[in-house]
Amino acid sequence: MEITEIYNKLKDKFGDSVKDLIISPPSDAFIAIASDKLFDICLELRDNPEFDFDYLMCISAVDFSENLEVVYHIYSMNKKHKVILKVSVPKENPVVPSIERIWRSADWHEREAYDLLGVVFEGHHNLIRILLPYDWEGHPLRKDYKEPETYHGMKVPY
Amino acid sequence: MTTRKFIDIDFSRIESDRMRLNVGPQHPSTHGVLRLEVELDGEVVTDVIPHIGYLHRCFEKIAENVTYPQVIPYVDRMDYVSSMNNELPYVMAVEKLMGIKVPDKVEYIRVIMSELNRIANHQIAIATFGLDAGAFTPFLYLFRDREYILWIFEKASGARLLFNYFWIGGLANDVYPTFKEDVLNIVKQVRKTNQEIERLLIYNKIFIDRTANVGILPADVAINYACSGPVLRGSGVQFDLRKNEPYSIYDRFDFEIPVGKGEVGTVGDSWDRNIVRMREIEQSCRIIEQAVEQMPNEGDVQQAIPKKVRPPKGEIYFRCENPKGELGFYIISDGKDKPYRVKARAPSFVNLSVLPEISRGYLFADLIVILGSIDIVLGEVDR
Amino acid sequence: MGLLDRLDNPYEAGGIILGTIEDVLNWGRSRSDWYLHFGLACCAIEFMAMNASHFDFMRFGIIPRATPRQADFIMITGTVTLKMAERIKVLWEQMAEPKYCISVGSCANCGGPYWQYGYHVLKGVDRIIPVHVYVPGCPPRPEAMEEGMMKLQKLIDQQAIFRKRQRLAEEEALKEK
Ligand code: SF4
Repeated sequence: MEITEIYNKLKDKFGDSVKDLIISPPSDAFIAIASDKLFDICLELRDNPEFDFDYLMCISAVDFSENLEVVYHIYSMNKKHKVILKVSVPKENPVVPSIERIWRSADWHEREAYDLLGVVFEGHHNLIRILLPYDWEGHPLRKDYKEPETYHGMKVPY
Repeated sequence: MTTRKFIDIDFSRIESDRMRLNVGPQHPSTHGVLRLEVELDGEVVTDVIPHIGYLHRCFEKIAENVTYPQVIPYVDRMDYVSSMNNELPYVMAVEKLMGIKVPDKVEYIRVIMSELNRIANHQIAIATFGLDAGAFTPFLYLFRDREYILWIFEKASGARLLFNYFWIGGLANDVYPTFKEDVLNIVKQVRKTNQEIERLLIYNKIFIDRTANVGILPADVAINYACSGPVLRGSGVQFDLRKNEPYSIYDRFDFEIPVGKGEVGTVGDSWDRNIVRMREIEQSCRIIEQAVEQMPNEGDVQQAIPKKVRPPKGEIYFRCENPKGELGFYIISDGKDKPYRVKARAPSFVNLSVLPEISRGYLFADLIVILGSIDIVLGEVDR
Repeated sequence: MGLLDRLDNPYEAGGIILGTIEDVLNWGRSRSDWYLHFGLACCAIEFMAMNASHFDFMRFGIIPRATPRQADFIMITGTVTLKMAERIKVLWEQMAEPKYCISVGSCANCGGPYWQYGYHVLKGVDRIIPVHVYVPGCPPRPEAMEEGMMKLQKLIDQQAIFRKRQRLAEEEALKEK
């Protein structure tokens, strides 16, 4: 199924929560959606046999100075089509519903996004840091991040 | 709770207090610096909590701070066992973003190098898997062969392990004159060793007893956890990006996708994951032979290299079949000479997350075998 | 370099070597070093290759040990991150004296490729534990690691065991003053 078709079907069902379809080659086309309906849309994508998206490839969070964007790359093993969803949330209050219960692979991806960019996934069963030590401060992949001078008495900069 | 067939006692019925055991980060069988927090009921594993990040080397932050070509050495260092395969999706993603078409010769050399590195990676995987199960000798055999492959890489690129050989739009330099003969000789040698290993390790009774019916991963769970590579194929799912979504020139070759069939146990057990790697070595040999035959001798490998790497504004997600699974790069460009964001979807990272699911209910000694069968590289898990 | 070299003509000298106890002890120590089986990152793969068929590290009289309590020296093969640094310190402290450390690869020496933007990388393992031999390279070839091992053997050969005790005692006395 082409992404325009997926977009139209989602639009019919969820109305304004599905915002725009943006196609601008050479980039991949993606669908921008509102964060509040994310869980329902993902559930629909997985459970509707027309879509049958069963394979969540990747979740990446990106820092655009005012907003944090979370990008979902989803693939269907049987139908061999893919879709890209994008959710944009303000930096002061970056809360996105967790889809960990839909695709289990989201668990670690969401923890990583929380760890490195500070996106809070609501409803995640265990949202703690995954890569950095548990007592680390700040979210290093944010563009305004300053690396600490010392950590536990060890000098960090060269 | 599943208990293993050949043990008569049903451990789940013996009541005892739970015990927490710490494995790693310094442990000979964790393949690097992985820490596992294991909850044990007697000797039966009831839960595993992986703690990762002991090798977090800030790849994504560094990638935002250096130019596009400078990222390649860091990409090498992610999955340091199969560096060539790591470079391929990255350079292809940037090329796609910039609309570069590389010459045929480059594509062939890239395929040959990637497949050779796939063989080298699987050889390490099988060797260390054997070590985990207690077999030391196959390790020596396989490392002997791997060294021959490294010699080719060294002659071509100058480095043994981390190559920086694939450049955006081309290669660092052309291959040397006797390249083709060398590669064909290696293929012969690899096939010979494969037969040896099959007799020495794979169909060894002890090895089968240790690995068959251990760590069974059903296909639907594997897909839900987004496993890829031999872990997914071991569960019987025929999915290989080289075939399903052919990139580079993989559509020109004739090869098969080996899957786990439950030959000695259940589909999706540790033995199956391992045999998929064995069979893939054979398929890689086939690809290499065909590629060597078709490869043009003439051609400038640097002709398509751009003077300035400045992709237009845009973003791309490009994935390739790494020896460990699907390696994807999500690159956002803002039109400058440095990437705005590079996210690596590392196969080991995703494959490792399935470990707690498949190791519950087995003995502690089996946990090490299951971990070995997933074949992780911590550099890629932590990035 | 070692004790046996003094025996340049064994038949004439009647097989007798004159030397100190220290020489004998050092000779024994430097040729049966046991190392801590421990790998960190990419350099550890070269380290594995060194243990395997072509390079055969064990001909140096070296046996891998899985626990630091039985090890004579530790090879830091790879990037030391801040999360790992404290563990390495613990490992080092668990080892029994006399103990040695070989730092293998640029990462362990000075942070390597991660020196500039690596917010989570310790820029040199010598910031937390003493290092006796540095092996440069990214990754160093197995031959380079063996060279490092030979350097360590030389270092052990020249060590003064008894005088060291004396010197330590003197230092202690100085401190107390
Ligand atoms: S020195 Fe180079 S090869 Fe060694 S661990 Fe560091 S990056 Fe890897």
